[in-house]
Amino acid sequence: MSPPTEDMLLQVEGLSKYFDGVAAVQDVSFDVRRSETLGIVGESGSGKTTLARCILRAIDPQEGVVRFNSSTGWVELQHMSAKALIPLRREMQMIFQDPFASLNPRMTVREILEEPLIIHKVGNRAERLDAVVDMLNHVQLEQDSLTRYPHAFSGGQRQRIGIARALILHPNLVVCDESVSALDVSVQAQIINLLEDLQNQLGLTYLFVAHDLSVVQHICNRVLVMHQGRVVESGAVDDIFANPQQNYTKLLLSAIPSPDPDVPLRPLDRHELGL
Amino acid sequence: MDSVLKISDLAVDFKTDTGLARALVNVGFDVPRGKVTAIVGESGSGKSVTANCIMRLIQPPGRIVGGTIHFRPERTDPFEIVSLTKKDPRLQELRGGLISMVFQEPMTALSPVYTVGNQVAEAILCHRKVGRQQALHEAAEMLDRVGIGDIDRRIKMYPFEFSGGMRQRVVIAMALVCHPEVLICDEPTTALDVTIQAEILTLIKDLQSDLKNSVLFITHDLGVVAQLADQVVVMYQGRVLEIGTVRQVLKTPMHPYTKGLLAAIPGLAPKGEPLATIASVVGNLDITTPHPLTTLADGRQVSLPPGKLSNDASDGRPATKQASTGAAS
Repeated sequence: MSPPTEDMLLQVEGLSKYFDGVAAVQDVSFDVRRSETLGIVGESGSGKTTLARCILRAIDPQEGVVRFNSSTGWVELQHMSAKALIPLRREMQMIFQDPFASLNPRMTVREILEEPLIIHKVGNRAERLDAVVDMLNHVQLEQDSLTRYPHAFSGGQRQRIGIARALILHPNLVVCDESVSALDVSVQAQIINLLEDLQNQLGLTYLFVAHDLSVVQHICNRVLVMHQGRVVESGAVDDIFANPQQNYTKLLLSAIPSPDPDVPLRPLDRHELGL
Repeated sequence: MDSVLKISDLAVDFKTDTGLARALVNVGFDVPRGKVTAIVGESGSGKSVTANCIMRLIQPPGRIVGGTIHFRPERTDPFEIVSLTKKDPRLQELRGGLISMVFQEPMTALSPVYTVGNQVAEAILCHRKVGRQQALHEAAEMLDRVGIGDIDRRIKMYPFEFSGGMRQRVVIAMALVCHPEVLICDEPTTALDVTIQAEILTLIKDLQSDLKNSVLFITHDLGVVAQLADQVVVMYQGRVLEIGTVRQVLKTPMHPYTKGLLAAIPGLAPKGEPLATIASVVGNLDITTPHPLTTLADGRQVSLPPGKLSNDASDGRPATKQASTGAAS
């Protein structure tokens, strides 16, 4: 693998993670450039979430190197102690799938958004409130949301709160793990638009884990296709969608039901493809 | 048109701390016999509540406050569903016998403590006077038909030993084993991977053309609708906004809300541009004021004020644009 360059934010090399001897992620290598959106697609069990979690060190990979271009230069995340990782956590954040499970029901929106600032000792009380209000504006929520609890919000609004929490520390790398899968199509469109706006405003880099290929096609620049823990194909999203090389990618693409009734669904057969 | 179900003026209220929530407001549509009818809409639009009304599964604090559901099965005399009393034997025959249901979450729909063979056979034993051996034999046949191979071994297995797609096949077998005239599928593929979804959709479609039953398919995925449905009912805030054939509704939608739903699909939008949302398509048009459904010359029905009944396909994104997802090739 070529050495990392300054326009990269992340470089993963030979990453593997085993659970009880079963390989969940096996020998995965890729680069992420600054301000791009890299999609990771695959079926459930293909290892995409495990890969994302290994990168953020939510779980520890067994093999491989995860290089991150932090504000203080390149660091290797895989060997760092939990303590040494704390300052880096400001720079890498996660937006989760389920807007109901990922917010503490007993905290107000203000407390939820302020907590990362308190943990990282950012600003005084007044400055933190300013930051929270500013972030609420960014995600297009009303100021009177501050004193309310998550249950008072719809799914789309909750996802906005989750996005605000991830972005309040001004991270560079944001991992979106199925962040729009639980939403209705129209709300999903709003959240996708919001993620794209915020990326442009704040220069964010997204690692976008998703199983919905049409969402990936819209939002991502490049994509990794994962199957049984390995990356089977990667490249520019338009190339891969227009001209998939690997059977597994062809299988995934053939299974998407087209919203045009005159384009019949003809899913390929997994066994005929030898998968 | 021969309808197996005729739903008229159906209204459902849910009592909440802050007053009555109107889950359904004068919902009416027909389910044609031997066809697939899809109900589409966002969460909270009343799709599942409508299905639950047909099965009479609305529980307090919910209540059916008005309307009728006329059911005209081929096997027995027609009857009206809403007015059935709880003890009416036809209610038991209806649930799982004449009409059955496939749910979203197969693990929740199956009992973890019984073998799959037992669960499919139970559906038979509930509705017909046959012996246990005969029921198990028929269960095996149905499981084989929904694509679960190696039956002798698998029939003795428990749901946790099955993958999500296989579990949904078991649920479908359970639903079809008594040969219902109407099969209601409530988001049956939403929890599945796209590849498994394609398998289950193909299965439902093949079984429907074999068995010639009527299917009421509830989903929020317009791709699924396009692939499966003959007729489409669009719901929003407990009301029906548009009814038509799948081509009418998806290719030349008339109601601004339907146009918004279609435009919000990511695969149809040009890359780099913001996605259309329902709000951006509907704009400041009023879609919350109820209008009665008007039947147009081409047979579709739409809930719009009289002045707006001509179809101007130029606004909203044309639905005929090919989804460039590669699925087409």
